[in-house]
Amino acid sequence: MREYLLGNAAIAKGLLEAEIGLAAGYPGTPSSEIIESLVELKGDLPLHIEWSVNEKVALEVAAGASWTGCRSVATMKHVGLNVAADPFMTLAYLGVGAGLLVISADDPFCHSSQNEQDSRRFAQFASIPCLDPADPQEARDMATFGLQLSEKFNIPVMLRPTTRVSHARADVVVNGERPAPNERRFVKNPARRVALPSHARPLHSELLAKQSAIEDELERCPWNRLTLRGETGVIASGIAGLYAEEALMDLDLDHSLLRIGAYPVPKKLISLMLEHVSRVMVIEELEPVTEEQVVALALDANPSVEILGKEKEIPREGELDLLTVRNALARMNGLLITEKRSFAAADIVPPRPPALCPGCSHRATYYAMRRVYGKKAIYPSDIGCYTMAVGMGTVDTCLCMGASITLASGIRFGGETEGICASLGDSTFLHGGMTGLLNAAYNKARITVTILDNSTTAMTGHQPHPGTGVTATGEPTVQISLEALARALGAGLVETVDPYDLEGTIEGFQRAKDYPGLSVVIARQPCVIKARRSGAQSRAFQVSDECQGCRICVDFGCPAIEFDGQVARINNLCTGCGVCAQICPSSAILEVRE
Amino acid sequence: MRTSECDMVIVGVGGQGVILISDVIGRAGVLAGKPVRGAETHGMAQRGGSVINHTRIGCRFSPMVSPGSADLLVSLEPAEALRFAHFLSFQGVALVNIQPVLPVTVTTGRARYPSLDELLEPLRGQCQRVLAIDATALARQAGTVQAMNVVMLGALSRYIPLSEEHIIQALEEVVPSRHLEANKRAFLLGKAEVE
Repeated sequence: MREYLLGNAAIAKGLLEAEIGLAAGYPGTPSSEIIESLVELKGDLPLHIEWSVNEKVALEVAAGASWTGCRSVATMKHVGLNVAADPFMTLAYLGVGAGLLVISADDPFCHSSQNEQDSRRFAQFASIPCLDPADPQEARDMATFGLQLSEKFNIPVMLRPTTRVSHARADVVVNGERPAPNERRFVKNPARRVALPSHARPLHSELLAKQSAIEDELERCPWNRLTLRGETGVIASGIAGLYAEEALMDLDLDHSLLRIGAYPVPKKLISLMLEHVSRVMVIEELEPVTEEQVVALALDANPSVEILGKEKEIPREGELDLLTVRNALARMNGLLITEKRSFAAADIVPPRPPALCPGCSHRATYYAMRRVYGKKAIYPSDIGCYTMAVGMGTVDTCLCMGASITLASGIRFGGETEGICASLGDSTFLHGGMTGLLNAAYNKARITVTILDNSTTAMTGHQPHPGTGVTATGEPTVQISLEALARALGAGLVETVDPYDLEGTIEGFQRAKDYPGLSVVIARQPCVIKARRSGAQSRAFQVSDECQGCRICVDFGCPAIEFDGQVARINNLCTGCGVCAQICPSSAILEVRE
Repeated sequence: MRTSECDMVIVGVGGQGVILISDVIGRAGVLAGKPVRGAETHGMAQRGGSVINHTRIGCRFSPMVSPGSADLLVSLEPAEALRFAHFLSFQGVALVNIQPVLPVTVTTGRARYPSLDELLEPLRGQCQRVLAIDATALARQAGTVQAMNVVMLGALSRYIPLSEEHIIQALEEVVPSRHLEANKRAFLLGKAEVE
């Protein structure tokens, strides 16, 4: 059957066809729709699906299930793999029970990420095989293949889609879902499950010893394809292989082509290519993972071959596309390159950066925070929608999940004497902020930590978390109290405020600021997108003749407030939060009553 | 050698329904037995930012259209048409909804929103045809402003190598049944704009 599928949905199909029994992940663009698609497709299948609290947890849950004989998958974005690095590295030693697939979705160009690290490096670092799909069909096929490969070699396998695979759509051939087998048990085997030094040493030897067998197996996999033609060659991996193939056809070039879809790279095929050509271009996104191997293999296979690649022809940062690859090949062949078409007049188009939504409570919280802590205070922030409030002066740092609290502690202990008010979202707090809060309490950091609680994981598409009382599959579960959690972790003062009540929020922040120790402010108001979807009634506001044109409401930055040069106006994006009415010094913004 | 039968970019503002158009076209392509490739904007940029979806009918390669090679530029917002005009080929056709959505940079007075002429004039003469459509008004006429994207789909349907039957069938797969009639009206109103 052929379906038009998002890459991540195609991966979910592949996983279900491969009889998985467990999927765990933490949301992160571009990986989130894998778990969401599994939830949609689950039906009556005997399958546990969870949003884990973070990626380390997800991978450990998946490993436990794998050791119980259940094919399992852990999903995350590339930076999530950093969080899961601890189990990831040692699982390579300990191996699997049933197949274990680690999906780490990379984001070249940082479309929605804080860096563009290359997960293939991580796989190489851990001596774990890595599958690098070029399109949704390959992603689906590799998901199935990866689980089989994992079992065959007793090792976790990485599937590494990029944004342009996960968020591509294509017609994909799929088969039916198959239930996981019933009989599953954890089999005790301390020599393989307990990473004592005496166990780890021989397991490390075993890991190294199996590499050549893995290489032999992958050499033959269908995603490594060699076509020998002219004496100029192209070696391209992952999605770059797709661009290269199209560019060669477009330019009508008779080059030899090796497309690579799995690592460790196919050394025999690379050597065959190198023996055949006098010049070769290596095309891959981000790191020169393949190119380094090509350079090393050329020493034996063909020392005089000219190798082009990251040195200057192919960029090492950002994402590749057809035009970049086409022009690199055109340049190599002395052909005309295609200039990017440009419209000089496009300069008049006003910028449209992503912004906090109309009525977003984060804007109100930050407004109150800034009013209380002032311009000189330090505002460490975190990963989430609220990072977009960088223009409000309350986002001084953004490093990685949960780092707002720990950076705030370090800034205090490093010698900063001004007020320090950190902020992070509810999901981010539960992911990576709790240990930082505990540490801040234990080490007596005098800071304020603000939890921007919109009761969802908003940025990645509104996934539930332990504070929402709902599981990934929509079942009710225990609802964790952020207040009780903050107190248990050692916060001396915990204030809960409603950001739409500006005065009350300012008072809450004032008490937190005055508190001589670690204070936590929980600013709670449901995400406005979710609230609207669930049919929350909104109030209507309008600007009266009292408007003095002072622009205070305009500078607040809500997209629902416009300025015509003289006075402010509320447009139809207004969600009725009423915060602008509270900040207007002329009391000119009024609720419209029926 | 041409590597795709029809390349298009569909652009607009996050939340306007860009993805629905490309999803319907892709599904219709599959119904017609053609390979289809597409690329979508998800994540951070969706929060009120500019979004672009690429769709390539009769193509097995890159999910993205190259600048200068789009046969069709479909813009749900006039400023976005000019922002992404560099994707159009000289033989391409631009279909533009003329109802602006003001960005925060404009509402806060940091940037000016150009007139419709300023936005569309640069495209004229740089491609085969520019069609300005008041899709928002037509959607209202069809019964729901939300169907603005489907008005544009109707207009677009005249230019793509897919049958109306397949497109409507795909639309039925994607749109909830309670909104289907209004969306079909919107489709026909959009289609009637192009003769």
